[in-house]
Amino acid sequence: MIPSKKKRSPLFIPLLIFFTIFIIFLYGPILTIMILSFQGESGGLTFPMRGVSLHWFETLFFGQPRVGEFRGPFMRSLLLGTGIMTLCVVVGTMVGQAFRYKFKGANFVFYLAISSLVVPHILISLGIGVLFDQMGWRVRWYTSGLGAHLTWTLPFALLIVLAIFNRFDKSIEEAARDLGAGEWVTFREVVLPLILPGLIGVGLFGFTMSYDEFARSAVTMGEFNTLPLEIYGMTSNATDPTLYAFGTVTTVLSLAMILSFLVVTKVLQNRADKRKEKVNAD
Amino acid sequence: MTPDQLDDHANAPSVTHTWRTRSLLHAARPYLLASPFVLILTLFLILPVMAIVVISFWRYSSFVMTPDFVWDNYKIVFSETYLRTFLNTFRYALIVWCLTLVIAFPISYFLAFEIRSNRMRTALFLLCTVPFLTSNLIRNIAWIPFLGRHGLLNSGLLAIGLITEPIEIFLYSDVSIILSMVHIYTLFMVAPIFNTMVRIDHNLIEAARDLGASQWRILREVIMPLSSTGVMIGTIFVVSMVLGDFATVSIMGGGQRASAGLAIRKMIASLQYPTAAAMAVVLLIVTLLFVSVLMSFVDVKKEL
Repeated sequence: MIPSKKKRSPLFIPLLIFFTIFIIFLYGPILTIMILSFQGESGGLTFPMRGVSLHWFETLFFGQPRVGEFRGPFMRSLLLGTGIMTLCVVVGTMVGQAFRYKFKGANFVFYLAISSLVVPHILISLGIGVLFDQMGWRVRWYTSGLGAHLTWTLPFALLIVLAIFNRFDKSIEEAARDLGAGEWVTFREVVLPLILPGLIGVGLFGFTMSYDEFARSAVTMGEFNTLPLEIYGMTSNATDPTLYAFGTVTTVLSLAMILSFLVVTKVLQNRADKRKEKVNAD
Repeated sequence: MTPDQLDDHANAPSVTHTWRTRSLLHAARPYLLASPFVLILTLFLILPVMAIVVISFWRYSSFVMTPDFVWDNYKIVFSETYLRTFLNTFRYALIVWCLTLVIAFPISYFLAFEIRSNRMRTALFLLCTVPFLTSNLIRNIAWIPFLGRHGLLNSGLLAIGLITEPIEIFLYSDVSIILSMVHIYTLFMVAPIFNTMVRIDHNLIEAARDLGASQWRILREVIMPLSSTGVMIGTIFVVSMVLGDFATVSIMGGGQRASAGLAIRKMIASLQYPTAAAMAVVLLIVTLLFVSVLMSFVDVKKEL
C-alpha cells in the first residue's frame, strides 16, 4: 500500500510475480508466432525450428501463397482505417461539442452509443447485410463496410471526446470569449489546439479498431476482403508458416503506425503545452 | 448568463430579426452538431436491427424468403439444439467473466496501489495494452503452436515426464476457446477497474489504517466498494463481447464447438437469413437485458 515511503507491503512480491506471469501470458503467444515466421523452408507450423529463413515472408509478398493475398487487403484496410480515423475525429468532436450544450435528447444519443457498443458484432453484420439486400444496394467495403466499422468506432470516439471535455479547463475558453472572440474563432484558436492531442488519440483508436475489426466485417465488405477477413480465410486451411509471416507483418505494421502516431501526438502535446503557458502568461 | 448570451448582447443594436435567427441557430446548434453521429448510427445500427426484427418473422423455405408474420424461425431457435447452443454461450460468458475478473482485479490493484511512481504506473499499464493492438485473429492463431499436439505445452510436459503421450484436448476444445477469450478480452476488464482504482483517494485508505483497519478489511470495505463501478463496466464489455463472439469459437474450437454467434454466422453463410435473424433477436434481447440491469447500477457518464 502506498503510504509509508520505505516499507513495501507484504503483497508487493506476490503481486509482482502475478503481474509478470500476466505479461508473459499476454506476450508469449505472439512472440512465438513471430519466431516461427522465420522458420526454415522445410519447417512446419510448430517447433522445432528447422533453420532460419525469410522464405515465408518471400512467399507472402512475392510468391504465390497457396492461400491468402496480402497487398490488396492491406491497402483496403489501410484506406478504410484512415477514413474511419478521419470520421471519428470530425464526427466525434462535433457530437462531443453538442454534449457541452445541454440539449434534449442528449441521453438518447448517449444510450444509442452504448447500445452500439454492446450489440453483438455479428448482428451488425447480419443487419447491414439484410438491409442492403432488401434495399437493392450492393455491399462494398467503402460503404456498408465503412458503416459497420463506424458502429463500433464512433461510440468509442464519443466516449473519449466526452472524457477529454470533462477534463477541459473552461476558463481559457471563456477568457477568449471575454476578449471578444466569436464562437468559431474560440473553437479554432483556443479549444482545438488544446484538445488536439486527445483527438489524435481518438483517431488512433479508431484506426486500430477498424484495422483489426473482423466480426462486423464478416458480411459487410462485399467481394473484396480486408486484412482480418483474409486472415480468417487463411486460418481454416493454413498448412505452412505463411500465416505466421502474415501475422508478424500485420502486427509490426500496426505497432509501427501506432508508434509514429504517438510521436506526432507527443510533439503536438508539447506545442499545446507551450500555447497554454503563453495564454496563461498573457 | 452564459458566454453565448454575452456574445449576443454585444450585437444587440443590430436588427431584431437577425438576432432572432441567431438565437434560433444557437438553440439548434447542439442538434446540428449531433446530427451526423445520429444519422450514421440510424443508418448502420437502428435500421439494420429493425430489418433483422422484421425478417425474423418472414417465411423461409429452400433459399427463398417471403414477407409474412410467422413464428417458425423462433420455433427453430427454441429447439433443443439451439437452446443448448445458447446455454453453452452463457457458460463461456460466465467462465470468461470469472477468469478475467480474477486476473484484472489484482493486476489493477498492483498498478494502482503498489506502484508508487506515476510514470512507472502509466508505463506498466501501456505494457499491458500493447498486445491488444494486434488483431484478435492473430492472437487466436498464436496459441496454436503452444497448445497443439506437437506444441510447446505438450513438449514441455513430455520433457519433464508429467505425461507420456501428447494431450489432445488443449487445442480445439473448450480449454483453448476459454484461454483465447481470456487472452483477448482481459484488457476490457483491466482498463475500467484500473481507471476507477487510480482515482480512489489515498487519504481514505490512510484514514482507515489510522483507525486500525487491517489490510484485508481496507481491501474489502474501502477498495472493493469504490472500484465496483469499474467491475461493472468491465463486466458489461466482457460479457457482451463473449456473448457475440464467433471468431474465437470458430478458430479455437476447430469446428467442434458451438456458440450463438457462430450459429448465426453459419446460418448467414448458408443464406438462412430469417432463422439467423430470429437467433440474433434472441441474442440481442439477452444482451440488452443483461447490460441494462448492470447499467442501472452505474452512471457511465460519471466514469469518463
